[in-house]
Amino acid sequence: MRPFTGTTLVFIGACFALVPHLALAAPGDAPTADVTATAASDSTQPPAPTAEPPAPPPQAAPPSSKVFNPDISAIGDFLGAVGKSPGGGEPSLELHEAEVGLQAIVDPYARADFFLTFANDVVGVEEGYVTFTTLPGGLLVKAGKMRDAFGKIDGMHNHVVPTTDRPIVSKNLLGGEDALADSGISVSRLIPIPGVFMEATGQVFRGESEVFKAPTRGDLAYVGHLRLYRDLSESSNVDLGGSVAYGHNGSGADTTTRLFGADATFRYKPLRRAIYHHFLARTELVWSRREAVDGPVQNAFGGYGYVEYQFSRRLFGGVRYDNSQRAEDATLRDTGGSFVLTYWPSEFSQVRGQYRHTHFGEGRTANELLFQLQFSIGAHGAHPF
Amino acid sequence: MRRLMSLPCTLVALLAAGAARPANAAVNVVASTEDLAALTREVGGDKVKVEAIGRGYQDPHFVEAKPSFILKLHAADLLVLVGRELEIGWLPPLIQQSRNAKVQVNAAGYLDASLTARILEIPTGEITRAMGDVHPLGNPHYWLDPENGRRIAKAIEQRLAQLDPADAAYFSARYADFDTRLAQAEKRWDALMAPYKGLKVVTYHNSWPNFAEHFGLKVVGYVEPRPGIPPSPGHTIDLIQEMKRDNVKILLVEPYFDLKTPNSVSRETGAKVLVMSPSVGGVPEVTDYIKLFDYDLNMLISAIKQTGAK
Repeated sequence: MRPFTGTTLVFIGACFALVPHLALAAPGDAPTADVTATAASDSTQPPAPTAEPPAPPPQAAPPSSKVFNPDISAIGDFLGAVGKSPGGGEPSLELHEAEVGLQAIVDPYARADFFLTFANDVVGVEEGYVTFTTLPGGLLVKAGKMRDAFGKIDGMHNHVVPTTDRPIVSKNLLGGEDALADSGISVSRLIPIPGVFMEATGQVFRGESEVFKAPTRGDLAYVGHLRLYRDLSESSNVDLGGSVAYGHNGSGADTTTRLFGADATFRYKPLRRAIYHHFLARTELVWSRREAVDGPVQNAFGGYGYVEYQFSRRLFGGVRYDNSQRAEDATLRDTGGSFVLTYWPSEFSQVRGQYRHTHFGEGRTANELLFQLQFSIGAHGAHPF
Repeated sequence: MRRLMSLPCTLVALLAAGAARPANAAVNVVASTEDLAALTREVGGDKVKVEAIGRGYQDPHFVEAKPSFILKLHAADLLVLVGRELEIGWLPPLIQQSRNAKVQVNAAGYLDASLTARILEIPTGEITRAMGDVHPLGNPHYWLDPENGRRIAKAIEQRLAQLDPADAAYFSARYADFDTRLAQAEKRWDALMAPYKGLKVVTYHNSWPNFAEHFGLKVVGYVEPRPGIPPSPGHTIDLIQEMKRDNVKILLVEPYFDLKTPNSVSRETGAKVLVMSPSVGGVPEVTDYIKLFDYDLNMLISAIKQTGAK
């Protein structure tokens, strides 16, 4: 999704579909000399036709100190909200997050990605990891602080979530925006099966996230994800995933939370009109089993369903249904629904409006209108599909 | 896991990954577009196995980075890409997830076809996105000049010879044959187009500068107000006036754009909307690089004759 990605703000949510868009062209740093226009000088090359105009002059080499600068991007996420919400809800106006990305190839064996977030005057490292891209055996290893691989929504940066907010199940069971993001190591491997893309990912984290709190150094948190993807045709595909997570939750010295997840996505995008239309349907289901020192084990279940359609090159609509119990008190169940409309002035900015109805477990309801303006500058790398 | 992180082990792993291909095995090539795949087939013949990622009727800026493409790249010995940031929205994540050391950026199996091509419109001076989705490294639609097709084929030949030295003579002979056929075709094309030098055309996106330069067309306007920005009513009105003033009778559209605005421009100006193929595979009959120009030029010339364009 070039989505908002970097370029773009896209709805990635749906994500991917748009992803390609997002990739912003990186204006970036000065091109290295080898990418400047070159007329081949190889003597074996056939002579250029005489009518050919002279090749453009090579660009001046950029100052050497800039050549190796990483791709730098900044994405603003500006949110507005009106309507009554029992919990207070989002602020009326807020620069919800400013995300700065720094991305580059480290050496022939690795690349690095840093995403620093500035939200409510707090600076955080949303992600900062190295990826070893040249390992044998179909392995891809990441180390550092990173978002977790549980399901689909957990791995998404805010600007690629297709709605102004995250689904209720994400907030109730998965830690919300920051999810299980933590310091750790991730190993993923392709599993060769004919005709299917199958990828298994195992992650080991320190155990300090929105869901997990490690009482001691040895109490690591673990996340596993299995992804199956298959093209049904050149225009449509299915994407299935199963996830597990385990770690100490900090309620007591030895209390743990186990999470199980299933996700399914169907995408349709006709290639000849790929920039104008696409359809996406996605659901994620999560089970949480949380132990606590002061009460019974809470078995909570939640999920969401999301459908998105692109009406034209710039206009996208989506509907989401939410239903989730709460991890710490499974007797409370929140439900809700949203309608979302997103307009892209360009690949680098998007305007979104969302009507959200929420019925909270305590019996109160909220009807809110949310507005979002996202804008991206610089070269933000494309996100994975 | 800790073991994997150590540099020495990484190096050992790299060496293992870079082990030689079995003799006589075809070089496994993945090309980002069907044009590059076609040129690779010209040079590689039956010593290569070629697959393209983007289809010829698809906007090459907006291909999706589907996991099925990761599998193709995982098995590739060589990746041939257009470069100039055409694929920046989708190829980098595929390469990163390919788990294939051979095709990482600037590795032996990574060939940016633009490096030996003649690139037009490299911006000088300050560029910003107020100019639309400009390509800071120059216009990436450079394969639409046959001379660049020749240069790309040469670069592919040289790279294949490096990866598969035993078949270097075979690739060289295939290149020479392609070069000859292309030169003959160019003579034919140039003769066909000779009467129309200086013909003014309008195109939807700025995809045709190399084509226009080679065949003597003059692109006087675009349906897009700026690259990557959809048509706006104000710009369309200006364009119609400009086309009437310059008596432009040909409007070239890539197959992946909506025809609504071009058709309304056509109604106002009497210009003919031509959906030409910017790539091999853009229409079923364009199955190789030479047929691409045969198809486009035939279509263009019959439209010129039909409209009396000058």
